[in-house]
Amino acid sequence: MKDFLFVFRMDESKMPKASPEEMQANTKRWMDWIGSIAAQNKLTDRGNRLVPSGKVLKPNNVITDGPYTEIKETIGGYSIIKADDIDEATEIAKGCPGLLFGGSVEVREINAM
Amino acid sequence: MQQPELIPHLFRTEYRKIVTVLCKLFGIAHLEIAEDIASDTFLAASELWGLKGLPPNPVAWLYTVAKNKSKDYFKHNSIFLQKVAKEVSYTADSSMEIEIDLSAKNINDSQLAMMFVVCHPCNPVEAQIGLALSLLCGFGTDEIAGAFLTNKESIYKRLQRAKQKLREEKIAIEQPSPAKIDERLPAVLMTLYLLFNEGYYSASNDAVLRKDLCLEAMRLTYLLVENEQTNKPAVNALLALMCFQSSRFDARIDAQGELILYEDQDAKLWDSELVEQGKYFLNEASSGNTISKYHLEAGIACMHTMQEDSPEKWEGILQLYNQLLIIEYSPVAALNRTYALAKANGKEEAITEAEKINLTSNHLYHSLLGWLYTNIDNAKAILHLQTALQLAKTPSDKKLIGEKIRKLRD
Repeated sequence: MKDFLFVFRMDESKMPKASPEEMQANTKRWMDWIGSIAAQNKLTDRGNRLVPSGKVLKPNNVITDGPYTEIKETIGGYSIIKADDIDEATEIAKGCPGLLFGGSVEVREINAM
Repeated sequence: MQQPELIPHLFRTEYRKIVTVLCKLFGIAHLEIAEDIASDTFLAASELWGLKGLPPNPVAWLYTVAKNKSKDYFKHNSIFLQKVAKEVSYTADSSMEIEIDLSAKNINDSQLAMMFVVCHPCNPVEAQIGLALSLLCGFGTDEIAGAFLTNKESIYKRLQRAKQKLREEKIAIEQPSPAKIDERLPAVLMTLYLLFNEGYYSASNDAVLRKDLCLEAMRLTYLLVENEQTNKPAVNALLALMCFQSSRFDARIDAQGELILYEDQDAKLWDSELVEQGKYFLNEASSGNTISKYHLEAGIACMHTMQEDSPEKWEGILQLYNQLLIIEYSPVAALNRTYALAKANGKEEAITEAEKINLTSNHLYHSLLGWLYTNIDNAKAILHLQTALQLAKTPSDKKLIGEKIRKLRD
């Protein structure tokens, strides 16, 4: 088994304004999905969500408020899972609830140092 | 209590106290001397009480005899005394008189200190549980063998090896410092958790013995709650879990000693007092900001004490299992999560998930799939139950599965 990083991206501007009930339903979808991976003993690290705002530092001390001007999708969070190969990891990623709302999952094998 | 029952009873409650207090005084290197003195004390009791009748205060009598036997031992073993006196800090006065303190406070302090010794990770967990039963709970070797479904000889050997290990490692019998408590407490809690489970889920048919194991685990956990230093949220959560589980102790076994499954239990037999105690400790556990697996398991057990079956109840249980599995994977939690998933989200989704968890060598896995496919695809349900029947080990499991197959064929 190898470790794979899931990077969850979403377009904040396209996210519908959710009611509390919808937000709760969405939390449940995420928890059921992560719980499903954990129940297969394939969760290495549930990871975390990221706060939407951030800073980007570039050479010559150029600091910008986040990468949002260049890329529409921002990273919303990450998890690390276990799989035999990239195909299995991608199969697992298909269950990600973010896909239902126009988000994406980048699947990357971790090359352990 | 009549005399014939009194001595075994006192042995269970007092032997461990005498051993612990003496051992704490002498140091772990002299554990066997402490055990010998305690055993001799009970031997004297059974001889003398039979001849002369019961003393007015049997417990005080035992303590006095234990103290005198200790002092006699010192007199006749001056070398031992010199060795011990060096180790026992406060007795190094000119008279070399050793004070043996069998006050309730010192007994509790000694038991607490001993708990950290017994649950020291230098021994494998099975040996830790054996030591706990022997030294902290006053169980005899045959009782421990009964609990582990093995013979006396192998338990005896296991205990000897474990004690030897404690001597070799020179484990100090003392309550760890506050800094050390956080480091050592998880191992203690794990042993108490397994001790409780040994009683609750053991394949042993001796219901009285099994209940005793659970009660002992609860008593020791309560000792940790009572002490300010060890009264941590996770300890309260573990005690809450034990209270909730044991509230169903009488409801889960029928008159023939057969296991009754949760959904078939008579909720009137659940012990409401223990449920209330469980809620109290769960509330106590909610301080701080770490959620241990005991918090989650206690939460799950708490929801199981709700009698009505509602979608909200199973949604709550499902989410707790999700969190539990994220903290720590176990096959049982994975199976139980899938059951809760079926109850909360429906059987179709649960079947898809069950196929993914792939615990094909576990009879419970096939029992679960048998239940999931029931009324959806009964032929598949029967196939899974037949596999479960082949994999099941105990007669009571086989009987339960056999009945399910018969029902499906009717």
